[in-house]
Amino acid sequence: MSPALFTLFAALTLASAVGVVANKNVVNAAMCFLLGLVGVAGLFVQLDAYLLAFLLLLVYAGAVVVLFLFIVMLLGPQGRAAWRLTPGAVVGGLVAGALLLAGWGSLLVHGRLDPPPPDGAPGVGAALKPYAYQLFTTYLLPVQVMGFLLLVAMLGVIVLSRKADGTEKAP
Amino acid sequence: MITATLDHYLLLSAALFALGFLGVLLRRNALVIFMSLELMLVASTLALVAFSRFNRTLDGNVFVFFILTVAAAEVAVGLAIIVALFRQRHTLQVDELNALKH
Repeated sequence: MSPALFTLFAALTLASAVGVVANKNVVNAAMCFLLGLVGVAGLFVQLDAYLLAFLLLLVYAGAVVVLFLFIVMLLGPQGRAAWRLTPGAVVGGLVAGALLLAGWGSLLVHGRLDPPPPDGAPGVGAALKPYAYQLFTTYLLPVQVMGFLLLVAMLGVIVLSRKADGTEKAP
Repeated sequence: MITATLDHYLLLSAALFALGFLGVLLRRNALVIFMSLELMLVASTLALVAFSRFNRTLDGNVFVFFILTVAAAEVAVGLAIIVALFRQRHTLQVDELNALKH
């Protein structure tokens, strides 16, 4: 784990996240999201999770961001005020920021979470075989449930994307 | 230069999560809110992978597997809802989508 690479990817991720939240243009925000995903995938590689880095790029950058861009193109630009600065939202944001700072502070002051840093040996997640073993033994039921969830999601999307009044006829 | 420890990854993950939360709270466009939501999910996966790496277990990585699946399904359904909403109301501004409020 190279510290320079960590700094680089962390900076890239944080800058892109700020870009997502602060950008007025939705297309630019989606592009920033894409960059941030590349940064997170780089961090995954630093953590020896090569498969997950690959999947993140494939599923998120390849499918999700493209879907977002597709919907943005479909719905057209929305030229309105971008921020919702109601008192409730501002107070909520301030409270969330204060909680984050408190959590950071307590982690820095008495965080003894650190296991010793890995000693150069590749992580457990580096190889493909343990994943397959885990997915087909310990996590077999969750895998089945995930398959069912994907089926239900697909059916739900088909139902949702029909015309609401049901006038659409089969060809 | 110091090496990256678990604390660094957790701090980064918390910062990402906070930025996503800020986006959900403060933006008006439903698509941007949805994107910020995805940012929060990615932040949680980063924490899981970091814990998994530093504790030498595989469970966190397998959870990330499932989170990716759920996120993909969630994006599909969420975007379908947004499109259906836009067809009915012709707006994406969450302030104007207040039919359940009145």
